[in-house]
Amino acid sequence: MVAAFAQLLACQLAGEIATRSLNLPVPGPVLGLVFMAVILLVRAQWRDTSEELPVERTAAAILANLGLLFVPAGVGVLQQLGLLSSHAVGIALTVVLSTLLTLLSTVGTFLLVKKVLA
Amino acid sequence: MNQEPFSLWVYLSSQPLLWLVVTLWAWVAADRIALLARRAPIVNPVLIAILIVSAILAATNTPYAVYFEGAQFVHFLLGAATVSIAIPLVRNRSVVRANLLPLLAALIVGSMVAIISVIVLGRIFGLPHDVLVAMAPKSVTAPVAMGIAEKLGGEPSLTAVLVILTGVLGAVVVTPLMNAFRIRDYAARGFAVGLASHGIGTARAFVVDPLAGTFAGIAMGLNAILTSILTPILVHWLL
Repeated sequence: MVAAFAQLLACQLAGEIATRSLNLPVPGPVLGLVFMAVILLVRAQWRDTSEELPVERTAAAILANLGLLFVPAGVGVLQQLGLLSSHAVGIALTVVLSTLLTLLSTVGTFLLVKKVLA
Repeated sequence: MNQEPFSLWVYLSSQPLLWLVVTLWAWVAADRIALLARRAPIVNPVLIAILIVSAILAATNTPYAVYFEGAQFVHFLLGAATVSIAIPLVRNRSVVRANLLPLLAALIVGSMVAIISVIVLGRIFGLPHDVLVAMAPKSVTAPVAMGIAEKLGGEPSLTAVLVILTGVLGAVVVTPLMNAFRIRDYAARGFAVGLASHGIGTARAFVVDPLAGTFAGIAMGLNAILTSILTPILVHWLL
């Protein structure tokens, strides 16, 4: 468990160092994700993949409770709702319509390209 | 006699432990409520937990800075959670590879629609320039969106509010919306919610289906990168 957690954090650290020193537009943890994926792909060549690694179990536990991690930031945001007061209606309409358009155009493009290629 | 519980409260409320425990139990309670509602999309555990904690803070007159002393230990794990998405990504790599082109096309279209729709709709609804800039990166994860908005002269705290609202909204509407359009491809559904609603959408996707969660995580990561590149270009072009 500890080793698995240390691996996740080490990848994040490597990602943070790389984005900062090279001034990349990629967030550090996202680059850490790429490093972790590369490590897992290399290891997959050498081992029996039906067996679950400790890091896989730890990651599954974190992802099963992913929502929890947004609670602290969300509480802060709820206290800042006053920022919206001057244009609340326009902002609300824009956020709702834009989110619906984004969801539909993304899923539509995905399925369309998949159909064309099939 | 009366002083004792009060001094205990003074001690506890100044310790990070109390607010860490409150955050964890609010989540456990919210998740139970969501489970009792059979994971109905409208009963979003993130939103419920936020409301529970906020009510406790308001009732005890606790400032956010004091709360965050304890909650930061949970908040800190966001980075490790992002790295964790590598695990289902590698496990599902054959499905990802089979869907690579649809995924990339959806990324480009979705990312542009997310930014352009905010600017166009916001102008129709008469929002001022600085609000539009703060809103443009609303679909990507908070730290990245705040960085983008700040560079363009938007208010980062307004961006944080809009990011969380977009996240909760997408997580709540995705299931009924996709069902209404009879879309059953969980890779496509997950990808859409991860792109539109970052980590909060991804959290919902992992609850619905592991493959949807994986695609949501990929979309969240890729869109964070693409939005950082596209937002300055589109904002200069359209505003």
